[in-house]
Amino acid sequence: MADVATEMAAYRRLVGARMRADFQYRTSFVLFLVSQTLVSGLDLAVILVLFSRVQHLAGWSVAEVALLYGFAAFGFGIADVFVSQVEMASRHIKAGTFDLFLLRPVGALVHLCASEFALRRVGRSVQPAIVTVIALTQVHVAWTPVKVALVPVTILSSAVIFGCVWVVTSSLAFWTVETQEIANSFTYGGMTLSQYPVDLFATWLRRLVVFVVPLAFTSVLPASYLLDKPIPLGLPRWTALLSPAVAAVLVVVARSVWTLAVRHYRSTGS
Amino acid sequence: MAIVELRDVHKTFTIAVRKGRIRRERRLVHAVDGVSLTVEAGAMVGYIGPNGAGKSTTIKMLTGILVPSRGRVQVDGLDPNRERVAVARRIGVLFGQRTQLWWDLPLGDSFTLLRHIYRVPEDRFEQNLSTFRELLALDELLPIPVRQLSLGQRMRGELAAVLLHDPTVLFLDEPTIGLDPVSKEAVRSFLTELNRTRHTTVLLTTHDLVDVERLCERLVIIDHGRVIEDSTVASIKARYGRERTLVVDLETPGPALDIDGAEVVKVDGPRQWLRFRRDQLTATALLERVAARAAVRDLSVEEPAIDDIVRAIYRGENAPED
Repeated sequence: MADVATEMAAYRRLVGARMRADFQYRTSFVLFLVSQTLVSGLDLAVILVLFSRVQHLAGWSVAEVALLYGFAAFGFGIADVFVSQVEMASRHIKAGTFDLFLLRPVGALVHLCASEFALRRVGRSVQPAIVTVIALTQVHVAWTPVKVALVPVTILSSAVIFGCVWVVTSSLAFWTVETQEIANSFTYGGMTLSQYPVDLFATWLRRLVVFVVPLAFTSVLPASYLLDKPIPLGLPRWTALLSPAVAAVLVVVARSVWTLAVRHYRSTGS
Repeated sequence: MAIVELRDVHKTFTIAVRKGRIRRERRLVHAVDGVSLTVEAGAMVGYIGPNGAGKSTTIKMLTGILVPSRGRVQVDGLDPNRERVAVARRIGVLFGQRTQLWWDLPLGDSFTLLRHIYRVPEDRFEQNLSTFRELLALDELLPIPVRQLSLGQRMRGELAAVLLHDPTVLFLDEPTIGLDPVSKEAVRSFLTELNRTRHTTVLLTTHDLVDVERLCERLVIIDHGRVIEDSTVASIKARYGRERTLVVDLETPGPALDIDGAEVVKVDGPRQWLRFRRDQLTATALLERVAARAAVRDLSVEEPAIDDIVRAIYRGENAPED
């Protein structure tokens, strides 16, 4: 791990190169940035439309659901900026250009994510960030030091959890080339799922998002703690604080899956 | 000292073959089927074979891109899979069909980026860059975005790019593919110079045997994933290329000469081509026999072309029996 500094330096350089290259296509950059910002508002629009018909959703008010949305979408947005590029693995595998990421003295995942870095994706985080702040001023929270710390920790954990889901689902591309749809249903689908109180869902789905693909830790569990709501599935209160631990475990899992996947890489002829 | 070592290396792929509309059958393909090969430090070795013989697969196992199914691979004493990053620092890899440069950035930017990625010390970098600028005439190319370079120009850039970090071994996969004769020559003389001054070990795959003749002392031929020939270029020529051709220009055009130990393969006016075996007849002896029959104005001896020899080896023709 002595090479973390080297990796970081290489990462910065690669991202810089990518940004300079993208800057050559300025108009496209601006258009994308705008479209990404607008599109990211659609999820929120759906929630607002819902609340124009009902007062509460499984006992959650509009501001409370907006907070859920903020936690999930902000974390998702950060992961989108730094990790979602791993999706491109499948394209590189098909074209045989994944070879390049294995030729340089930089971790293949870091190399891939840096080379495909797209600043325009930042647009996805702007609006969720604003929503998070507004929602926090509208909900009633009995603030304690733990709860104050919980807000940034949740957003970061949420980013890490979504990042890991991205890495794991994209790793499938090393075994079978057409996996984009499956991957999307976990990442984008998972993000949408995380914007709603889990009590809306059937029990099996609740269990799935808590124990299997632990997306509940990105939003609904920490938010329940913050708002002094009962913890879903009747879990003890402290479990709602486990997001960073869950994120850490997922990092280990994602790393192993990725390493295994790269060993499975088959390249292309010639 | 062996710097590249393959010991009984296999690489097997499973491919799905369509059988009818939906049914698929899995089939094993042995891309590399028990290759053993040692390259000494400072050597330049040609690794050739027909398309699909397993050349690129071998290179990819040596560079840590692919994991061998079986067998041992070592580069500079390290396992390219377990110690991929350490190996990456010691090797340079060039794929003639793929770029490693930053497509949208000026060529010079690619070099600076690589300096940081490989952590090349500043002074060493400057030294290397100025050497390559001169040898590869890169000066006016540095500010041009890579996508605007011609293939020949880009290849010069690629060569410099894979050498900036002073690799001890250079793997070149078809470095001259698609280049015009002048660019090919530039690449070849650069590699010769590199090997002479820096003793960089080079393993080269190519379909252009002039590359091999110009650069390599040793030739390894692979087909169907197995090494079918491994010796010096001179010895391969000596063993397979036993037939030479004496070309004579006679004073007066005439019918094909009938000479013991030689066969006329072509007649063009006064010029005749006589094929003979070097182990049966010397060129001087043959010339004496020709001169005894007709007045000779001029002559030359044609050696078998490496192309013909290699074609014969690919076809599976054995070396003539002693």
